[in-house]
Amino acid sequence: MADINNTIATTTEVVITGFGGQGIILAGRIIGKAAALRDGKESTLVQSYGPESRGGACSAQVVISDKTIHYPYIRRPDVLVCMSQSGYEKYIDDIKDSTLLLIDEDLVHPGNIKIDFFAIPATRMAEEIGRKMMANIIMTGFFTAISQKISLAAAKDTVAESVPKGTEALNIKAFSKGYDFGLALLKGREKKAAGKIGAIA
Amino acid sequence: MKPAVLTGAHYITGDEACAEGALAAGCKFFGGYPITPATEVAERMSERLPEVGGTFIQMEDEIAAMASILGASCAGVKSMTATSGPGFSLMMENIGLGIVTETPCVVVNVQRAGPSTGLPTMGAQADMMQAKWGSHGDYEIIALAPSSPQEIFYQTITAFNLSETYRLPVLIMTDEIVGHMSEKVVIPDAKDINILSRITPKGRKDNFKPFKPGPNGIAPMPAAGDGYKVHFTGLTHDEKGYPVMTVEAQAIMMDHLMNKIRNNLDKIILTEEYRMDDAEIVIVSYGVSTRTSLAAVDEARKLGIKAGLFRLITVWPFPEEQIRQIAKRVKGFITVELNLGQIHYEVQRCAGYRVPSYLVGHPGGTIISPDEVIKVLKEAF
Repeated sequence: MADINNTIATTTEVVITGFGGQGIILAGRIIGKAAALRDGKESTLVQSYGPESRGGACSAQVVISDKTIHYPYIRRPDVLVCMSQSGYEKYIDDIKDSTLLLIDEDLVHPGNIKIDFFAIPATRMAEEIGRKMMANIIMTGFFTAISQKISLAAAKDTVAESVPKGTEALNIKAFSKGYDFGLALLKGREKKAAGKIGAIA
Repeated sequence: MKPAVLTGAHYITGDEACAEGALAAGCKFFGGYPITPATEVAERMSERLPEVGGTFIQMEDEIAAMASILGASCAGVKSMTATSGPGFSLMMENIGLGIVTETPCVVVNVQRAGPSTGLPTMGAQADMMQAKWGSHGDYEIIALAPSSPQEIFYQTITAFNLSETYRLPVLIMTDEIVGHMSEKVVIPDAKDINILSRITPKGRKDNFKPFKPGPNGIAPMPAAGDGYKVHFTGLTHDEKGYPVMTVEAQAIMMDHLMNKIRNNLDKIILTEEYRMDDAEIVIVSYGVSTRTSLAAVDEARKLGIKAGLFRLITVWPFPEEQIRQIAKRVKGFITVELNLGQIHYEVQRCAGYRVPSYLVGHPGGTIISPDEVIKVLKEAF
């Protein structure tokens, strides 16, 4: 059966998955809030977590649409962001050919999969700037660049207002690192595709 | 002091929107005990009530929480508590006390899957019959079922208005999914929000009868300390509030408690229709399952099935007459709810055997997929 929400072509379904404590829900909240309050779209965020807040499997499901969203749960994500191996394994069977798969390359090992994916060492990059907990913000920047589902300005402003006071500048720096990494990755692929005459770009 | 009405667009959860709706309605007291998935209502109230001159108390348990909001209301303050299944069970006796003492207040149940401790972090709609019948004895109750954070904001205001108008505890039967879900919530200007408050007595303070109905059928309610002498009891009482242990007094009191709701059904019952004009099969739903049902109706229409949605905003009192009328012109009903059959039986009762009535239910822990509804739509009709 067709995806109910996707019968409207302007709808994007995003799943972000990882462990409790990684800021998975906050990443989902930033994406949903940026879309709803700054990009003039509708969005829903539902979260799932276990009785334990930290360490357990956790996921955020964000639907972004130009129209009213009836059904807020996701069955076949358009974008799947994985920050843990167990999260990846839980959701990988739900993807479709067009799904954009984004992973933290140090935490997720995809094995043999049929679709292309976009990898970033988000947690390692966060450690390099001295805040491992900002891996989610780096991933949010990476998501913004790769998926183009929320605007850069909306994403940045929402990051700044969603993080603890006094940490705005560092979080924006983390966001930009992820965003720039994503842009560079896209550019590299464009060049590669352009170099291969006759290949499918 | 900060404003009670946070005018503007917010991206907040249903629980947070519930707290903001309460504040916008003029709630000044919250007594509660934390429980997943209702804790965020209490959390928000604990931050916001002191900002608007209100009081937040974390009580020792849900029995005391329910007692505290009755006490606050008797002191003249709009009051609320929020809980989930296990806490709702503990509140039942004092909800009955609120009904018999005609004390306005709002009780929020962010439902999770039960029975007992069940699935604390996962949603259900399985306390719907408990909302109607959970406290002992006969009574009429009002219960609302919001389907989004925006709706929970407005319905919390409606709940306060109904409780103040009809002098009874009003229940908001939401669920973990709506409670924890974030969506855009637009809060209007304070002047655009319709707020109703209880009628207070005027005139002589001697020989005051605190349970003597006024012209609208509801007794004016003084606040403790206003100087009116009042007597509140859980026992059957007369208009003075004094216990009277007779068959006649019971009949008079029960008549009043039942009829103040039954005589005002047209003012209390709130429903919504979606693609019902030419509908042959009617989905009945409420709360989060409304969202499933809206998606299912759209999908069914694409498949050429003439489905429509009759959505309950107030689940109690149940819109018996509306269901009876709809039953005369349709092929059948499907009730979509996140339990294994509760409101379904109400629909069946009112539809009679005129047309078939099916259930798309679920034991709880997730939202019902529109696919499940489509399957029954295709197979049953």
